[in-house]
Amino acid sequence: MRSHSGYWAFAVHRVSGIGLALFLPVHFWALGHALEGAASLDALLAWTERPLVKFAEWGIVLLLAAHFAGGLRILALEFLPWRDWQKSLAAAAAAVSLAIGLAFALAL
Amino acid sequence: MNSLHVSVWRGGAQGAFQAFEVPRRASQTVLDVVSYIQRSLDPTLAYRFACRVGMCGSCAMTVNGTARWTCRTHVDKVAKEDRIEIAPLRNLPVIRDLVTDMREFFDKWARAKGQFRGAATRHDGFARIRPDSTERRRADAGIECIGCAVCYASCEVVQRIPDYLGPAALNRAWTLVNDARDVMRAERLRAVAGDAGCHACHTQMGCTERCPVKLAPTASIAGLKRETARWMMRGER
Amino acid sequence: MSARVETLLWIAQRATAGVLAVCVAVHLVTMTYAIRGGLSAEEILSRTRGSTGWLVFYALFVVAAAVHVPIGLRAALAEWFGWRGRSRDAALAAFALALGGLGMRAVLGVFS
Repeated sequence: MRSHSGYWAFAVHRVSGIGLALFLPVHFWALGHALEGAASLDALLAWTERPLVKFAEWGIVLLLAAHFAGGLRILALEFLPWRDWQKSLAAAAAAVSLAIGLAFALAL
Repeated sequence: MNSLHVSVWRGGAQGAFQAFEVPRRASQTVLDVVSYIQRSLDPTLAYRFACRVGMCGSCAMTVNGTARWTCRTHVDKVAKEDRIEIAPLRNLPVIRDLVTDMREFFDKWARAKGQFRGAATRHDGFARIRPDSTERRRADAGIECIGCAVCYASCEVVQRIPDYLGPAALNRAWTLVNDARDVMRAERLRAVAGDAGCHACHTQMGCTERCPVKLAPTASIAGLKRETARWMMRGER
Repeated sequence: MSARVETLLWIAQRATAGVLAVCVAVHLVTMTYAIRGGLSAEEILSRTRGSTGWLVFYALFVVAAAVHVPIGLRAALAEWFGWRGRSRDAALAAFALALGGLGMRAVLGVFS
């Protein structure tokens, strides 16, 4: 595949979207445990303290940040009046998502 | 001066790259290189060109992996360590060597309703179009297209979805959607919407990056997305 | 047929994208703030239970996601996995309902 920034913007956007689509039902199912009371949710939360899970969590936040930034790029390209700087939106999106990912990692 | 080591595609869809040594000259273009090969080294090499001054778009080929007009590509700009690889344009069937079958490219142009149709006759007055109106500016931004297929060859969606109309056809459709004199609007919007039309574009922008005339098909396609949405919400009128 | 469907889906996708842009921004900020120093069910639920404002916010979030995710998958399934046609669309509709259902269950569990 050609290595131009727009291609990577698309690839990241699609892969992160698929990843999030797989994650979301699990996320909803896990939170649904709250219906059974705090103890049930706590049991689940204890499991999420494991380092591998924490790392996966951070990965998912990164996917969300990347998909979000890429999505803003598409909305800008499709709805804002055309300007040359829009070509560098892919780079801007990458920077923004990394920043978000970093912020989350620091908070963990 | 040194020699250029040139790798040229020979054959059809199946084939191989053939190596040639070409004397390097000042201000040499890739078209100069191809012409030299055909005239002095191997007369069986098939290639296309016409104006050789960057106006007709006939000489478009893949140079070192990127679609370009070979008459406007200086060897100095693209040759890495005196090597160039020349292949036919991507996404089009290869007839022979560097010549591609352009029929599909132009068929899609027609399928996207890329033709003007007016309703006025010689008995009507001149159409009054303000050059600074939004619509005319939008049309003007896209009408310099000469149908060279560089954008088409640079589009990954065309590569993946054989039916996709492609950036050139959609860009032309957009210029006509913005032409106040045209009467085929609804038909055209219907033709360009759909999963083989503007909605298949994923804003990868290969087209805009590569267009030798500096057009932005991505912008035109974005315009078509907005316009088809408006048309749909108005009940397809 | 395809022209109408694709156009409507595009509209729905971009509209929900706008909604989600806001929801995701808020969610990322609040989560980054909320998880500081670890999480416990008690901590979470004491903050969220009975909060009507957040309930409405997350209900909206769930609905927008239930529309946006399947439409996004639709193109990917066609282009990368060759799955097109009625079976794909039926599966995605079912997925949308599942997401909406599970999501609402979670929203009620956490906020009511």
